[in-house]
Amino acid sequence: MIELLPQQQIDSFKARADAIAHPHELIVDLLRAIQSHHGWVPDDGVLLTAETLGVLPVEVEEVATFYDKIFRRQVGRRVIHVCDSICCWVTGAEMIAEHLQKSLEIGLGETSADGMFTLLPTCCLGACGDAPAMMIGLTTYGHLTPEKIDRILADVRAEVQE
Amino acid sequence: MSSYPQVLFKNRRLGETVLLPEYEKSGGYQGLRDALKMEPSQVCDVIKASALRGRGGAGFPTGIKWSFFPADASGEKYLVCNGDEMEPGTYKDRQLLLADPHQLVEGMAIAAYAMQTPVGYIFLRYAYEDCSQRVERAIEEAIAAGYLGRNILGSGFDVELHVHRSAGRYILGEETALLNGLEGRRPNPRSKPPFPAQRGLFGKPTNVNNVETLANVPHILANGIMWFHDLALNPESAGTKLFGLSGHLKRPECFELPLGITLREVVEEVGGGVRGGKKFKACLPGGASTPYLTAEHLDLMMDFNPLEEVQSRLGTAGVTVFDEDTCMVAVTRNLNQFFARESCGWCTPCRDGLATISWLLDRIEFGQATIDDLAMLKDQVRNISGRSFCALAEGAMGPVEALLRLFEDEIIDHIKQGKCPFKR
Repeated sequence: MIELLPQQQIDSFKARADAIAHPHELIVDLLRAIQSHHGWVPDDGVLLTAETLGVLPVEVEEVATFYDKIFRRQVGRRVIHVCDSICCWVTGAEMIAEHLQKSLEIGLGETSADGMFTLLPTCCLGACGDAPAMMIGLTTYGHLTPEKIDRILADVRAEVQE
Repeated sequence: MSSYPQVLFKNRRLGETVLLPEYEKSGGYQGLRDALKMEPSQVCDVIKASALRGRGGAGFPTGIKWSFFPADASGEKYLVCNGDEMEPGTYKDRQLLLADPHQLVEGMAIAAYAMQTPVGYIFLRYAYEDCSQRVERAIEEAIAAGYLGRNILGSGFDVELHVHRSAGRYILGEETALLNGLEGRRPNPRSKPPFPAQRGLFGKPTNVNNVETLANVPHILANGIMWFHDLALNPESAGTKLFGLSGHLKRPECFELPLGITLREVVEEVGGGVRGGKKFKACLPGGASTPYLTAEHLDLMMDFNPLEEVQSRLGTAGVTVFDEDTCMVAVTRNLNQFFARESCGWCTPCRDGLATISWLLDRIEFGQATIDDLAMLKDQVRNISGRSFCALAEGAMGPVEALLRLFEDEIIDHIKQGKCPFKR
């Protein structure tokens, strides 16, 4: 089985949960830690979170399924969030999303055949002055053009494969 | 760079973040020193007298909020900074935190003292990892220098600050949803009353303020209320405001400008005018939930009261400009899709009502609507307004109501022509 989170980190979360009055407050942190290590949060990740913090699995699941940046289904090695809110939309977001779909040969919500990228539409990224914008992982890219996107995708691909 | 006095952006250099020595050199942490010499209630009085209004969108007077807070109550009490900035068109808090994050740390230390809340949380949205890292570094610097931690500056008062990294969803910006998010509960909003000041985080008294609001606090303490008052061009108002410009402008950047500056100056001078030599058609004055302004509003003051007088709101002062070739039905459709998708689903007017409005705006935009659809759109707006559990759906009605009030002729053109008149 693929490791969800290194034992050392699990122990550290357990110690923190024991030391505070409200262990629920660590649910989002722990889900994010699992996602950061494993790429996404499978059912076992929900169970691990519940067990580590001493809370009910359903309490973890109702949090996990609320947030759009917690992935409860398998995603590619990098998730591309392409903004479709107003400032990006008036500066060409539809064309940007189309270019991404064409170059990755996938639709919105899908993962590329090589398992590298998952493409998701997202609401405003807080980069309205740099519109149109997208986020890959936790990095925001602005002033997008088709040429710039091709370069960014090639760079990220190279970085992941290293 | 604006020619107006710079307060929050005075140390700003794009691509760089101010560290503690530079912040101190520019007068940083003097406000905290001054505050600790006063009684906590006197600090609240200063903020009240300064006429500072909340910079997160609602514009509620900060000092009044603080003075409602039960600072004398025993037991746990919390201070929370709302950095969930996620309303389309709003990106000013990110610019502030990237440039000079100690202003927030100092503002929170002062607020913590004024309201006697030794524990504070800074709630930051998922996309702002860049801000989270800078704020955490500022907190570490402040602890090492004795501005945070135990017995700050020898005052006998303790302050600890924690950064919470969220995981998406606009609704977390609603303060009670945010509190559920911090607690690790499903972040639907809570019913009010009880207000957070009575029962907030973990059921304890909690004060929630926006990033920019708290960042203003140290400057007011250090420079005085008259100074703060004189920063605004509108004599009824006080302070500067961060304006995040976007849309069809030549300079879609973030600027610190005096409250009371005219919309014309913001658009034509600061923003460099509309791109491609086109005419200004309309704008969102302060984020996706604020009703449109048009060319007839260009000479209005960008400030809380003047915009309310024309049925709009200053909101967050994230100004998104649309040129003359923009279809306002399509703009409203995009905005409503955002609100419909970000609805938490808790109450029916929001969950089902916004989806119905999306369906009606689709029909109008794609030329499938009849005049009955226009009547149904008006009916939906009437039935959603004032009937939702929290302010999300109320905010979503801002642009729809403004479309009906200012651009009904465009809707009728779509219906008559059976297509969008702006598409060739």
